Amino acid sequence: MTYEDLIFELINKDDRYMIMTSENRSAMRNITAKIKNNFIDTGITEQTLIGMAAGLALRGRIPIVHALATFLTMRAFEFIRTDIGIGNLPVKIVGAVPGFLSDGNGPTHQAIEDVSIMRGIPNVNVFCPADEDDMLKCLPKIFESTSPFYIRYNNTKPVVEHSKFEFGKAEMFGEGNDVAILVYGFLFSEAFKTKQILESKGYSVRLINIRTPKPIDEKAILKAVDECKLIVTIEDHFITGGLNTILAEVLLRNKKTANVLPFAFMNKWFKPGLLNDVLEYEGFTAKQISEKISKQIAFSI
Amino acid sequence: MNKKKLKDLEQTALRVREHIIRLSGNGGCFIGASLSCADLIVYLYKEFLNISPKNFRNPKRDYFFLSKGHDVPALYGTYVELGWLEEARLKNHLKTTDNIYWHPNRNIPGIEFHSGSLGHNLSVAMGVAMDCKLRKQRNKIVVVVGDGELNEGSMWEGLLVASAYKLDNLIIVVDRNQFQANMQTEDLIPLKPLTKKFSAFGCSVKKINGHNFEQMGKAFSKIPFEKNKISVVIAETVRGKGLPSIQKRADRWFVNFKKEEIEQLLKELHGSKKTKLTSETIVAR
Repeated sequence: MTYEDLIFELINKDDRYMIMTSENRSAMRNITAKIKNNFIDTGITEQTLIGMAAGLALRGRIPIVHALATFLTMRAFEFIRTDIGIGNLPVKIVGAVPGFLSDGNGPTHQAIEDVSIMRGIPNVNVFCPADEDDMLKCLPKIFESTSPFYIRYNNTKPVVEHSKFEFGKAEMFGEGNDVAILVYGFLFSEAFKTKQILESKGYSVRLINIRTPKPIDEKAILKAVDECKLIVTIEDHFITGGLNTILAEVLLRNKKTANVLPFAFMNKWFKPGLLNDVLEYEGFTAKQISEKISKQIAFSI
Repeated sequence: MNKKKLKDLEQTALRVREHIIRLSGNGGCFIGASLSCADLIVYLYKEFLNISPKNFRNPKRDYFFLSKGHDVPALYGTYVELGWLEEARLKNHLKTTDNIYWHPNRNIPGIEFHSGSLGHNLSVAMGVAMDCKLRKQRNKIVVVVGDGELNEGSMWEGLLVASAYKLDNLIIVVDRNQFQANMQTEDLIPLKPLTKKFSAFGCSVKKINGHNFEQMGKAFSKIPFEKNKISVVIAETVRGKGLPSIQKRADRWFVNFKKEEIEQLLKELHGSKKTKLTSETIVAR
């Protein structure tokens, strides 16, 4: 099963779905000829793409729009906010190569504020799948939902089989009490390996795949804060407005505090290059992350 | 157009202008632009569009989008005259107990979509037009845009795409009142030659006097002007039409008039002498 298979199946079952793109066909390249009546390519026009999606939604359609995450969420930001957000229309906004996945493209293509700006729009929810398996398991329910959704497209190979999706629920791995690792999106696999490394060193770890930064699973976070000595947030996103900020909001709302170690981009874009080299350069490999956590744990216990 | 129909349109438009004038106190409204498109909106709803409370939810109805949302007083006034909106509700203008404010919103029955941010409703209307085409329905989709609004890149981006998809069920009406917020369009970002610009983008264009119902009747009866092309009606209008004291005045864009001024403006609309205005325009941009 691939993303293409999923949307092809969806359209065959339900004619309301419209697959749209502003000339970014990588996620549906092989099926465009087969879904002609449910496919619209607007050319390199992100604003028009979103406006048209709003119009189609007014006619009862469920548009799933695709473009590179940066251009989609930022060039067309005001269209998403004004047409989709205010209109509360069930448009699904799929951003390609978000976060580290833009690897060698450089800062113009780095969507590392997308979660922050999309979740800031009333009515718009956000889904950041850990990998292809996670994405395909969660998407049917997300596509069915009547709310607008921003989706950080991620078809990377899974390191683990994911569980069923429950709306607003994070996915839990383990119940360890030394460290809780909170993560969304592509860095899940590094976080998963980090958990294994830390466990081999004798620490007890729980890993929380956030899945939807909005709506956030506040219960899972609060439980981790109450039960674990150190909370780690890992995200390929600016430190502002993403997971670390969400954690701060949850803590403040509940009059709590915690030992927190964030992994995020500190007010800078990341070094472009081949994905694995970039991870290493920026200090986001499981080995680098687990070393930093090990050092921090000493202060937290 | 027969005389009876013409008279009815003129009388309706006159009453819509009265509503607009009354909405320009107690907080004010964008009076100039509302007056320029009043005749167009009255004509479209009364003569051209198949829209009524009976078919508001029928997918085969026609669609109307007011992309230049700040002239919504003309829409409120028209809805009152059509009997879709209680006249008493206009007294709720800008009151938090109702939803009648400076820009359109979907809480008012008849309004298909909100607007206010310029350059949005063209692409929204295109989405609707595209869906009607895909379903082989023959609805007409009208979007009224401002000439100042044509500064927005999204308008021209939209035209490219609409032409590519041959949306000949889409009708763009340009309220060409020659003004944008603070000055004449040609003094800031010139639009001329406007007809050629639209033609170059693949549209079929007709120019009419936007205050002449006979010309509207002739032009709109020929829609779509050409198969496979977007129809564009450039309606030459006058900002502040009907009120010589504010007509064509850059400084009468948005005004919050005093009660006495409104009473005098209502008389002026019916032929009385020019009103002495002391209220200053409010520059909201």
